[in-house]
Amino acid sequence: MQQTTIIKPTSGWQLIDVKAIWAYRDLLYFLSLRGIKIKYAQSILGVGWAVFDPLIQAIIFTVIFGNLAKLGSDGTPYILFSYTAMVSWTYFSGILTEATGSLVKNRTMIGKVYFPRLILPLSAVFGKLIDFGVASLVLIGLLIYYGMTPSATIIMVPVLLLILILTSIGAGCFLAALAVQYRDIQYAMSFLVRVLMYSAPVVYSVSIIPERWQPLYALNPMVGVIEGMRSIFLQNRPFPWEWVGTGFATSLVIFLIGCFYFRRTERHFADLA
Amino acid sequence: MIEVQNLGKRYRLGTMERSDTLVEAVKSTLLYPIRNFRRIASRKKFSGDETGDSSILWALKDVNFSVAKGEVLGIIGHNGAGKSSLLKVLSRITEPTTGQIALQGRVSSLLEVGTGFHDDLTGRDNVYMNGTILGMTRREVEEKFEEIIAFSGVEAHIDTPVKFYSSGMKVRLAFAVAAHLDPEILIIDEVLAVGDLAFQEKCLGKMDKVAKSGRTVLFVSHNMVAVEGLCSRCLLMENGRIIFNGGVQEAIHRYRAASMNLSERQVLADRTDREGSGGVRFTEMILNEGGEVYPFQPLVIDLTLESSTNFEDLVVAVQVSKGYREVLMTINNRLQGTKLPVVKGVNKIRITLPNLSMMPGHYLLDLWAGSMVDAEDRISAAGQLYVNERDIYGSGLVPMGQYHGSFIPEACSWEAYEKVTGIGTT
Repeated sequence: MQQTTIIKPTSGWQLIDVKAIWAYRDLLYFLSLRGIKIKYAQSILGVGWAVFDPLIQAIIFTVIFGNLAKLGSDGTPYILFSYTAMVSWTYFSGILTEATGSLVKNRTMIGKVYFPRLILPLSAVFGKLIDFGVASLVLIGLLIYYGMTPSATIIMVPVLLLILILTSIGAGCFLAALAVQYRDIQYAMSFLVRVLMYSAPVVYSVSIIPERWQPLYALNPMVGVIEGMRSIFLQNRPFPWEWVGTGFATSLVIFLIGCFYFRRTERHFADLA
Repeated sequence: MIEVQNLGKRYRLGTMERSDTLVEAVKSTLLYPIRNFRRIASRKKFSGDETGDSSILWALKDVNFSVAKGEVLGIIGHNGAGKSSLLKVLSRITEPTTGQIALQGRVSSLLEVGTGFHDDLTGRDNVYMNGTILGMTRREVEEKFEEIIAFSGVEAHIDTPVKFYSSGMKVRLAFAVAAHLDPEILIIDEVLAVGDLAFQEKCLGKMDKVAKSGRTVLFVSHNMVAVEGLCSRCLLMENGRIIFNGGVQEAIHRYRAASMNLSERQVLADRTDREGSGGVRFTEMILNEGGEVYPFQPLVIDLTLESSTNFEDLVVAVQVSKGYREVLMTINNRLQGTKLPVVKGVNKIRITLPNLSMMPGHYLLDLWAGSMVDAEDRISAAGQLYVNERDIYGSGLVPMGQYHGSFIPEACSWEAYEKVTGIGTT
C-alpha cells in the first residue's frame, strides 16, 4: 500500500507526532553520535572532559563554599556533596544548552530537508548521555573511596533521571523554538544556566531554606533530583518523597508546555531560522 | 501521484527603519529593543488586510498542477520566480499559506548535496549521517554503502575526516549518497551545478537512469540542455505563478524569450557557488552595455572585479559554453599575449570581441581569473549570452543555432565552374 501525504497549512496546537519521530529514529541515533564525535574530535583528553568539567567545579565549590564560606553539607564530605549534585546538574545543563542551540546551529539543515524537527533537541539527551555515564563512574569511584553504600531507594534513580530529562528537554524545546526567532536567547544561555544553578541546591543544602518555603522551593524539579540523588548515595537525609513528587509534576508541565510550544511554532522554523 | 491545488506561500520581508535626526537617533537607540521585538515578532504575524503592505511577498500564488506517476517534470523560471519556494513546500520544509498538496509514495528531496556533512567526521560517518537525513534507514545505507563509495570514487579515504578532502571529493561523496536514494518521488533542485565536468556527466547519466526507471521526478534547473534532455513536461514560473504548463520545447522557448527582456547586467557579488582561493572576486558582468547581442557584430564584455592584492599579470578567461559540457570558445588574455595588470581594490576590465561569430541562440558564460595555474575565482554559468537572430548574409534567411551549429562562417565565395562531364569517357 502506498502512503499518501497531504501537505496543507496547519494552525494552532499540534500533537507530538511520535510516529514520525519513530520513523526517523536512525537519524536521531546518528545525530546524537555526531554530537559526541564532533565534541571530542581533535581533543587530547577526549571523553575525559566529561569528568574534568564537573570534578574541577566540585573542587572549586569545595574550596570556596565548603572550606572558606563554610556552607553546611549535611554532615557529608563537601566534595562528595557537591560532586553528587554536579553530575546531575552537568547532565541537566548540558541537555538544556545543547537543545536550546540545536535549531539555530542546524538551521541550514532545517532549510534544506524535511525531518521531524523535534529530533534536533532530542538528540541532546542521547548525545550528553555518554558524558553523564563517565561522570557517574567517577562518582561511584569516589563513593567507594569514602566507603559509602547507597540506600535501597536507589531504585528511584531512573525516576529522578526521567524528571531531569523531562525538565531539560521541555525547557530546551521551548527556548530552542524561541531562539529561532530571537537570537538573544542564545546569548543569554550561559547567564541563565548560572542563575538556574544557584537556584537549585548544587552548592548548598536545602536545609538553609526556611522550612515553610521548602514546598514552594521544591517546585524547581532539580531540587527533588539533586536532593534525591544525595539521599540515595550519601544518605544525608531520608528520601525526599514530597520534593520528588512535586518536581515530577512540574517537570511534566514543563515538558508538555515546551513540546507543544515547539510544535506550534515548528511551521515557521524554515522561514525564520 | 502529485496533486497541487491553489498553493500559496506568503512571506514577510524584514525591513529596516532609519532615523534622520540626532534626537530621533537617540530615541530610536533607547527604544531599539522594543522595536526590534515588534519587528521580529511581526515576521510570522499577518493581519487580514494586506493591501498596500509592501513587506508582504507572495512567493507562490494560485499554483495548480498535477504530475502523473513516472513523469519527469521540469520547473524553470528566472531567479525569484518561486521555483525554490515551490520545492520547499513540496518537500515539507516549510508550510504553505494556502491550498494543499497530495503526494502518493515516498518522497525524497535534494535541495542541496551534503546536508548534515561535518568536516570533523570521516567520510563513512558522513555517508550515514547524510543518508539518514535524506530519509534512509541505517539498514538501507548499510546495504548500499559499497555502491555509494564505489560511485563516489573516494574509497581510499573513506575513513579520513572530510576536512582533508578536496571540495570535489566532498561533492562526489555527497552526490553518491543522494544518487542512491530510492524514492517513488524525487524532487531535485539544481544540484548538478557542482563538481567537475566528468563528474557532472556521471551525475546526469545517473539522473537519466532514474528518470527512465519510471520514477516521478520534479527537476528545477537553469540548465536548459539538461531540462530538455531529461524532462517530459515543463512548468514555467514567473512571480510566484505558473505561466506555462506544457511541452518542454515550448516552455524553454518562452523562457528564453523572457530572458531577452532582462537586462544583460549580471550581479555576481552574492554568488556563493564559486571556486578558487578568493584573492580576486568577480562582482559584475555587463554585456554590450546592457544592449542586445547580434552575430557578426562586436561583443563588449565589461567585468568588475575586486582584488585583495596587486597583480602584475592577471589571467582572465571567459568561456562560452552550450549547456553543461560543450565549451565552444575561450577568450583568454594570456593566450592572446596581453598582460592585464590589476590593482588592489575594484578594477574594471573591458573585453571587446570585434566580431562575434556565434550562431543565434542561448549560451552560458563561465568566468575564470587567476595567476599562471591557480584559480583565484571561478564562476560557472556566471551569465547568459543570448545571441539574437539576424539576417547576417542579407539573404532574407536567418541562421539558427538549433539547425546550423554553433558558429557562423563568414560569407564564402561560391563559384560554379565548368561542368565536368565526360571525364574518362574519351
